Amino acid sequence: MENAIELRGVTKTFGLITANKNVSMDIRRGEILALLGENGSGKTTLMNMLGGIYFPDRGEIFVKGKQVEITSPKDSYHLGIGMVHQHFKLVDVFTAAENIALGLEEKGRFNLNAVKAKARDICDRYGFDLNLDQKVYNMSVSQKQTLEIVKVLYRGADILILDEPTAVLTPQETDKLFAVIRNMRADDKSVVIITHKLKEVLEISDRVTILRKGEVIGTVNTKEATESSLTEMMVGEKVELNINRIPPVNPKKRIEVKHLTIVDEQNVRVLEDVSFDVMGGEIFGIAGISGNGQKELLEAIAGLQKCEPDSSIKYFAGEKADQEMNLLGMTPKAIRDMGIGMAFVPEDRLGMGLVGSMDMVDNMMLKTYDNGRGIVVDRSIPRRRAEMIRKKLGVVTPGLSTPVSRLSGGNVQKVLVGRELASNPTVLMTAYAVRGLDINTSYTIYNLLNDEKKKGVAVIYVGEELDVLLELCDRILVLCGGRVNGILDARKTTKEEVGLLMTNLQERRQA
Amino acid sequence: MNSSLLAWIVRAVPFGTIIMFGAMGEIATEKSGNLNLGVPGIMYLGGFAGFASAYLYEKNSPNPQVAVCVILALICCIAASMAGGLIYSFLTVTLRANQNVTGLALTIFGKGMANFFGVYLLNGASYTAAPMAYSAFSAKLFPAEKMGILGETVFGYGWLVYVAIIMAVVFHFVLFRSRLGLNLRSVGENPATADADGISVTRYKYLATCIGAGISGLGGLYYVLDYNKGIWATTGQIEALGWLAVALVIFTTWKPLNAIWGAFLFGFLYWLYQFLPDMLGLKVKTYVSDIIQMVPYVVTIVVLIVVSMRKKKENQPPASLGLSYFREDR
Repeated sequence: MENAIELRGVTKTFGLITANKNVSMDIRRGEILALLGENGSGKTTLMNMLGGIYFPDRGEIFVKGKQVEITSPKDSYHLGIGMVHQHFKLVDVFTAAENIALGLEEKGRFNLNAVKAKARDICDRYGFDLNLDQKVYNMSVSQKQTLEIVKVLYRGADILILDEPTAVLTPQETDKLFAVIRNMRADDKSVVIITHKLKEVLEISDRVTILRKGEVIGTVNTKEATESSLTEMMVGEKVELNINRIPPVNPKKRIEVKHLTIVDEQNVRVLEDVSFDVMGGEIFGIAGISGNGQKELLEAIAGLQKCEPDSSIKYFAGEKADQEMNLLGMTPKAIRDMGIGMAFVPEDRLGMGLVGSMDMVDNMMLKTYDNGRGIVVDRSIPRRRAEMIRKKLGVVTPGLSTPVSRLSGGNVQKVLVGRELASNPTVLMTAYAVRGLDINTSYTIYNLLNDEKKKGVAVIYVGEELDVLLELCDRILVLCGGRVNGILDARKTTKEEVGLLMTNLQERRQA
Repeated sequence: MNSSLLAWIVRAVPFGTIIMFGAMGEIATEKSGNLNLGVPGIMYLGGFAGFASAYLYEKNSPNPQVAVCVILALICCIAASMAGGLIYSFLTVTLRANQNVTGLALTIFGKGMANFFGVYLLNGASYTAAPMAYSAFSAKLFPAEKMGILGETVFGYGWLVYVAIIMAVVFHFVLFRSRLGLNLRSVGENPATADADGISVTRYKYLATCIGAGISGLGGLYYVLDYNKGIWATTGQIEALGWLAVALVIFTTWKPLNAIWGAFLFGFLYWLYQFLPDMLGLKVKTYVSDIIQMVPYVVTIVVLIVVSMRKKKENQPPASLGLSYFREDR
């Protein structure tokens, strides 16, 4: 088989950090290659050098046998390389067709209809479902991704690089994407998938190239690989992929939510009549397709959402959990002042959780800013705390004074989770705590959650991977269309049952 | 027709034209994501360079030609304004300086430059004039005298008024119907996307800013050589007009076609204090008219509030307005 791309000895550094070191690898024609590695292992940086975003410090790149220099995204697409980034590169106020037409160097009069006709051909050929007149800001994540892929195909790409394409998709959308990718392989195109999800690697790829700390560890045929062999190569040691779930010890009701209804700015009921209890000493899972009210639910408990009048959220304090406290309508500070240890790891880490341009120490202080006395900032306590988190969770950072936005996604999450746990909470809420994290970090997080559970903390875990939810949680609440569509015993239910509840709203039983 | 209304229109349209130029130039600039608050300074540069070149030519040439005078004034005006745009682009695009600070500095710089060199032209007098340039720039394109009331209110202005309107229409088509316009808008909305699609962000930002500055500068030229009857004096008037042009950009929600009627509306509102009381036969105190003069700004704020409340994405400012772009940023 002919090689579409060969990399020889490619090295890229950013300041003191070496992102890729002496990388050599091949991408063959008509294959699906998975590029596997932990967070910060240099997968995206490596592919960005093919996409023309970064330029290698050293090394050679051959495309279809010819040595090339890719200095800009334009060079890259002239060579037939199309890259779909993890953060979509689309203009929100443009239609799909306008986005496709961007930067095209076609001769003659600008004709959007011709662009549409050609794009529609591509959609039909590979089975994409795309409305070319739809504005991007009206599109779902999966539609945006489809548009990105059509866009690079329109430019005649025969080598496609997809960066974490399934990170934001539902299982059904993922299946659809994989079907399309197989169609592309059948059409003799090369597809590279950057991922850290082992199940998907095994499902779709032909070969796997594994990166660790910026270096290639090896390339294996998928047929000969197993989940544990890949993990070992990726992490460099054997990792126990088991979650140790113990039965809840002495559970007591900590949080009680009753008839919670939230109406958003567009007058849509994002949550309707939601009622449930969370016990101390259990992990309470919340499943659902993203955007079904999970975010609002957690924010309501944390004191960040306005709720409708007849809602009720209560907290039970004390050893016996018999002191009732109202949480509804409280601000986060008021909740803290009541002596409730509420920790919240929001979905939007750098938006709601941490301040990207501040360093670890200052981010620690966001939680404790009103503890100090005097007018001069005392950084010694937060610095000690930051140092402790860095050691305990293995945060990879050039230093405590590096802005957190410079850290990789996994390390940002470790800082955030570390800070929240350091406050000794009695309630811990996490939204997509492992999204975008590699397997090793994910299991570190699961273990931390289990430790909290053992301490008697009420843990609420909003997750998207059903396998994990079933293994980690004690009970699972399934949200569908802003309603509670069932609360299941995680030990007895199945993936199919949860999946079904996620997509089909049950008829409400008459009370 | 009521004679005060007539006088009002005849005053409002030329006034609107000044800020229409200013606003069109700024729309082009802002569509590339550059928030150039140097518009007043650029209008100073353009207005002064245009006036000075025409003035010196008239004064020093033994046999001055009207055509040469016009062309010279236009070239000098556009060159000086584009130089202002170039300074701005170099600082904000290449050196990635803060856009707000750079723009404000450019305003101070442009005003200072014009008034500094103006001293040499004024030579101690409080004002000086370029009569040939004035008659050339206020020349009417149409036989307005024979057209009655239409001649006075629609066809009776200097030719730059019609140039401004045609320019706005052409600009609209370029911006919303051409590949060039699509690419430009993408640069202002999401430069990383434009870059990934092979559009040179730097080139678009430079060109849009410099060409935009050239257009804005024409507003200054029109002010001095037509509206102000070819008279140069050291006043702060151009600066006030420049800020009004920036407000007009927001009012138009970044659409050149809206700049046409918006500019004239601003002209009406600006002169409201003088003509409306006349029309209604009222007498108002000076301080009241000072307050009335802020109506255009109030209208702009109201539009801003209404637009942001309706949340229609198409009416929002370009998404990356005011931000500098660096490919390897993370």
